Amino acid sequence: MKELKLTRRSFLKATGLVIAVSITPFGTKIINASERGSFDGTFKPSVWYEITPDNKVTIYFGNSEMGQGSMTALPMIVADELEAHWKYVQVKQAPADDSFKSPILGAQVTVASASVRGFYEPLRKAGAVGRAMFIKAAAETWGVPEDECFARLSTVFHRKSRKKMTYGQLVERASKLKVPENAPLKEEKDFRYIGKPMRRIDIPDKVEGKAIFGLDIQVPGMVCAVVAHPPAYNAKPVSFDEALALAIKGVKKVVKIPQGIAVLADDFYSAQKGKEALNVKWDEGSHPYMNSEYIEKYFMECLDKPGAVAKNVGDTQKALSEAKKTYEAVYYLPHVAHAMMEPINVTVHLQKDRCDIWAPTQAQTGTRMAASRVTGLPPEKIHVHTTFLGCGLGRRSQVDFIVEACEIAKHYDKPIKLIWTREDDIKYDRFRAATCQRIKAGLDGDGNVVAWHQKVVCTSILKFYNPAWIKNGVDYFCLWGIVDSPPPPVFSSTVYEFPNFYVEQYLSELPIPAAPWRSVQNAPNAFVIECFIDELAHASGKDPIEFRMNLLKNSPRARTVLETVREMSGWGKPLPKGKGRGIAQHSCFGSYVAQVAEVAVNEKTGEIKVEKVFCAVDCGPYVNPDTIVAQIEGAIILGISTALKEEVLFDKGGVKSSNFDDYKILRMSEVPEIRVEILKSKEKIGGIGEPGVTPVAPAVANAFFNATGVRIRRLPMNPKIVLEALRRK
Amino acid sequence: MISLNVNGKVYNVDVPPDTPLVWVLRDHLKLMGTKYACGVGECGACTVHVDGVAKRSCVIPVGDVHGKKIVTIEGLPKNHPVKRAWIMEQVPQCGFCQPGTIMQVAYLIAKTPNPDPEKVLKEMDDIICRCGTYPRMKKAIKKAIELSKKGVKK
Repeated sequence: MKELKLTRRSFLKATGLVIAVSITPFGTKIINASERGSFDGTFKPSVWYEITPDNKVTIYFGNSEMGQGSMTALPMIVADELEAHWKYVQVKQAPADDSFKSPILGAQVTVASASVRGFYEPLRKAGAVGRAMFIKAAAETWGVPEDECFARLSTVFHRKSRKKMTYGQLVERASKLKVPENAPLKEEKDFRYIGKPMRRIDIPDKVEGKAIFGLDIQVPGMVCAVVAHPPAYNAKPVSFDEALALAIKGVKKVVKIPQGIAVLADDFYSAQKGKEALNVKWDEGSHPYMNSEYIEKYFMECLDKPGAVAKNVGDTQKALSEAKKTYEAVYYLPHVAHAMMEPINVTVHLQKDRCDIWAPTQAQTGTRMAASRVTGLPPEKIHVHTTFLGCGLGRRSQVDFIVEACEIAKHYDKPIKLIWTREDDIKYDRFRAATCQRIKAGLDGDGNVVAWHQKVVCTSILKFYNPAWIKNGVDYFCLWGIVDSPPPPVFSSTVYEFPNFYVEQYLSELPIPAAPWRSVQNAPNAFVIECFIDELAHASGKDPIEFRMNLLKNSPRARTVLETVREMSGWGKPLPKGKGRGIAQHSCFGSYVAQVAEVAVNEKTGEIKVEKVFCAVDCGPYVNPDTIVAQIEGAIILGISTALKEEVLFDKGGVKSSNFDDYKILRMSEVPEIRVEILKSKEKIGGIGEPGVTPVAPAVANAFFNATGVRIRRLPMNPKIVLEALRRK
Repeated sequence: MISLNVNGKVYNVDVPPDTPLVWVLRDHLKLMGTKYACGVGECGACTVHVDGVAKRSCVIPVGDVHGKKIVTIEGLPKNHPVKRAWIMEQVPQCGFCQPGTIMQVAYLIAKTPNPDPEKVLKEMDDIICRCGTYPRMKKAIKKAIELSKKGVKK
């Protein structure tokens, strides 16, 4: 990936046809930006592409590529409507600029499975405009009516005379045309790329080891920075030996910053040795008594403390007291790490009048704002160069490491590359929020759920991400998958409808930070809801799929994915002893997913082996089905990893887990056979990066119940937890 | 001075002999395809070949490979069956772990004259891919074995 040095000035000097699109809440505005002066100062294009006389189509990609494939999918949309030949398409990483704000999210940020679903319509329109302009340019050249011409693979043809001209040949004329209003979009049957499995443009470089991740950035004069961080939350350094660190060959400087003590050196290993030589002594921090057991007990106790009301429909208490039968269950899901393969890193060069940041970041806007706050430079002086991301999972939507690197850069006049070790990456992660929940439900005589009362205790995400978004004491990010968020609205409610519905939240006061983690809290909340729904189905003697269908009368998309996965999985067919089948469904980011897991349980060792997962997904129109299958496969594997293995351990007021030897994640031999079916759907487009992770863990837990008759209400379902549960049988 | 033969080129580097090979490759030779990810030999992202054997370069002190032949992802031919299979099966997502994984598979396929896919798969549990590309890795490993056998026949 070539780094793009694109300023508005050089952009305006482009030599071909340049189409720029501004996406505002009021609609899409497309202009021909080929000529200087096309920008009136207020126009803020969100999408740019350019066709030059050599036929090349250059599409600027303003999102972050972290494996989800949108660096290929977004250009596919433009190229399809433009009717460009794919061999001419090249993609360049765009700079950080307000122009690239997501139409859905209002910032340049790659989160919430929003890239394709946000840009699908605007990019189709933008591509169609270019195609219409080339057709018009050709028709004018030949002196024939436009409707006698058509475009095919970067060439315009005249039907009668069989004349043809390439887009490259037409560029000059086309660049002088006005943007047509209402350029016709293709009909679905005419799609050339959309909906077809396309090879990803980033893969060849990734296979060659040539793709540049943040960790691979080289800037002349650069030094490497590592940081000694406190071992316990809020611990302060009592003493450290700067001279010993400086005595290590290659060490340049030792800098005390609010986050810890940074060591700068010529290379990573020297910096790391310098860090060890510092021999920092820390105080015990704010919560020296805090360990994993303490946290779990604390969360359980908080279930009985009054919280903030997030949802109150009907009269849930009354409905519960009048229900024919009531049920109650308590769930606990511990903190989970992002553990991306590329550890946290960023390179910063702070100069008097500008700051350059080479970052594997999901948040260009956030990076600029954070760097501006730390350096005192205005945001327009912060130049963010987005690299490839060695996985994101939401971790790189956070700017804590950007802030840390800028703090260090303030003390050094050359570029610094901050590298966190794997141990730093795990210990100073902002985790998937732990949650402890109690649900009470009331059923009427026919098995309908008449009341749903859910108490959610959790680590706050927004306290660290954006405290201003906490409304009336409620952190709605932690309730995604249960209730909708207030303005700016996020439609994140459970797809089930309950006539009496009460949700209360209590935010943990422990100092552990949390952040979005693939699906934000949809996955933990889906675990709680889908496991409990399964319990209710069993209690009322109904088939778990039938029971769900009955609750989803007004949600045809959720019903269809359930029906599809029922077919796929051979639901109802008998399984041998020791094996079980479980179902779960969830909807988020506008997509609907249902999964059936088949597990084998070894009751002696407590091991669960997930053997098969079937998945049906309805994400509306889709762009690259091969990427969708890859995303769902990856999400399922990640979900199984959290279901069976992952738990961050704490001790002495800090994080005990440190690396992949004590923070275990799923490996190849533990991966099940996975079958994915993408539904043909004409519904509204939904996101795909995250929804696949949500139903896995509950499907596995429900399958475990099917195999053993025992419910597990605590993750991860590792041998210790499984054996404890089986003993209670 | 430590003398290294990397991808057929000889380098002399002036570093402490306990420096892990991965950091010599990255910080001194600027070969960035070999990744640092765990530093303790748990994940495989830093895998290179040392005298033809797949090794975790994050736990090898550079002093131990003085004079030995090292091959990194950059030194594996572009038309290598594993690289081709990885593209054919569209394996990478984020791609960060893939160079190390490719080096591991290239070694496992090369070490026996007639590699058995199932045996190769059994030796893959010491790598980690957080994106969960394992199902495609499995397909690509089988494909790479097919391709390498075809190559031998010719």
